Amino acid sequence: MSFPLLETDNLSIAFGGIKAVDSVSLTVQPGKIHSIIGPNGAGKTTLFNLISGLYQPSSGRVKLGGEDVTGLPPEQLARRGLSRSFQNLQIFFRMSACDNVMVGRHRHEKTSMLGHLFALPSVRAENARSRDLAMGLLERVGLAGVANKEAGSLSYGALKRLEIARALATEPRILLLDEPAAGCNAIETEEIDRVIHDVAKSGIAVLLVEHDMRLVMRISDHVLVLERGKSLVSGTPETVRNDPRVITAYLGTFGTEEANRA
Amino acid sequence: MARLASSRWSIVLGLAIVIAALPFLFPSNYYFRVAAIVNIFALAVVGLNLLMGYAGQVSLGHAGFMGIGAYSVAIGSAHFKLHGLLAMLIGAALAGLVAFLVGRPILRLKGHYLAVATLGFGLLISMALANEAAWTGGPDGMGVPRLEILGYRLRGPDTWYYISGGALLIGVILALNLIESPTGRAMRAIHDSEIASRVAGIDVAAYKLRIFVLSAIYASVAGSLMAFLNGHITPDGTAGFLRSVELVTMVVLGGMGSVVGAIVGAAVLVILPQALTIFHDYEHLMLGLIIMVSMILLPRGIVPSLLARLRGGGA
Ligand SMILES: Nc1ncnc2c1ncn2[C@@H]1O[C@H](COP(=O)(O)OP(=O)(O)OP(=O)(O)O)[C@@H](O)[C@H]1O
Ligand SMILES: [Mg+2]
Repeated sequence: MSFPLLETDNLSIAFGGIKAVDSVSLTVQPGKIHSIIGPNGAGKTTLFNLISGLYQPSSGRVKLGGEDVTGLPPEQLARRGLSRSFQNLQIFFRMSACDNVMVGRHRHEKTSMLGHLFALPSVRAENARSRDLAMGLLERVGLAGVANKEAGSLSYGALKRLEIARALATEPRILLLDEPAAGCNAIETEEIDRVIHDVAKSGIAVLLVEHDMRLVMRISDHVLVLERGKSLVSGTPETVRNDPRVITAYLGTFGTEEANRA
Repeated sequence: MARLASSRWSIVLGLAIVIAALPFLFPSNYYFRVAAIVNIFALAVVGLNLLMGYAGQVSLGHAGFMGIGAYSVAIGSAHFKLHGLLAMLIGAALAGLVAFLVGRPILRLKGHYLAVATLGFGLLISMALANEAAWTGGPDGMGVPRLEILGYRLRGPDTWYYISGGALLIGVILALNLIESPTGRAMRAIHDSEIASRVAGIDVAAYKLRIFVLSAIYASVAGSLMAFLNGHITPDGTAGFLRSVELVTMVVLGGMGSVVGAIVGAAVLVILPQALTIFHDYEHLMLGLIIMVSMILLPRGIVPSLLARLRGGGA
């Protein structure tokens, strides 16, 4: 029995009286893909923001690897092995694709500014190592060809994958992906599917928010349905798919929304 | 050509050649003096550009740090009989310390709020320098004893041209090294997305503070060199608000996020007013006009805009 890598315990936050996330408890195991689905505004991104330290919960706890990390800022969570991508891209637009990914290496690099100013041999060696690792990751997400292009000039689908590569560069123990396939074409989605699979296989815990139901049902080990901040149903893809409450939620709001997307 | 102009060693080599070759074109000492002033401002602007152009944090009070460097040299050698070089080092350390203490609270501010807070800091320094007349000579300023090294008195503008040129070269090398390092990537990342930087494990507040301190040290060394060159300094001339604005203008005009741009910006803004004296009464008008037109035609600053055109394959 493996112990959970990430645990949230009755996590809640309210904005002006509206409970965007309301007592959500979940556990994610290493090497498993845990998906969160739900209609627009259900609180999926807000839940990610709570877990990754961008928001402070009004109540509830977050545990990472057994340690209580509630309220820690994102940079400290990063050092403990948590990384994420963003639904509304957070790209370093003026840097090259390769430099974007290299930023992900930050927590593994030495931080002596004096060493950096004088470009000591150890710093140059480390730079080269970071660059190699970044190039490898770009290759993995199919972006090796644009490594030296300014990120601002890349397509939306490419930027989505660039975010994944950057997050992987931190060598996370848990990876939070917020709609990684949104706005991607079929080929790109397949590529992302494969990457997520590989990531989980390598033992990293994956927490995934995704609207593409076929993708979710195919790759998830566990699915949690959120509705208006509350956890509605939680279980294997099979149980969730056949749950009448989910079907209602889908046909109600989700179904029309999916239809609008098409 | 465009790639050549952006690679690290070609920049350093090119700058070294220019600094070494220019004197052959100088008909008089006056030219050495103007060129030395260019070097000195360029040094401060390279530092400020790390803060503004790379890390994306504005400072409208950076001349305050130049003032600290200038007056450390003047007060150190006049009142405490310290060696000029030692006084310069103390000035740099002092500027770094002040930047550290001031930066912690004000770098939490963003955009216009940060601009106004740094502006306040600059005013504070120049007021203090003007008021402490017993130490600083007040608004009229004070003399700076000549620097003496191994019995030689360093005085001529040509000597200071070469010294300031060397200092600029060192400042440029260090800045270029930094930009291509994890620290450099962290500061560029902070400029584009603080959230993504934090998620990547970057302590945003700590990095802003580091760069602020570093840029303050650049400005302080530049201020010290200015004091040595001029032999006389005033609060307004070193630390005044207009000086701060001048530094920011040099950064933006030359090109944010470009080390070469910083030097070009400094050169243009130091040399133009000298060249425009032929227009007599219309000198300031012409200067303003040229700056405006330059920003309209080259909106990303002189160097980045021209480089983009070269890369674009155009003329
Ligand atoms: N910073 C904030 N301030 C105020 N309200 C917020 C904030 N962040 C989120 N909300 C609100 O919380 C609710 C949940 O939003 P959230 O973005 O988490 O939904 P979501 O499930 O990610 O939706 P989508 O599928 O559209 O991405 C929404 O009603 C939203 O308006
Ligand atoms: Mg969302």
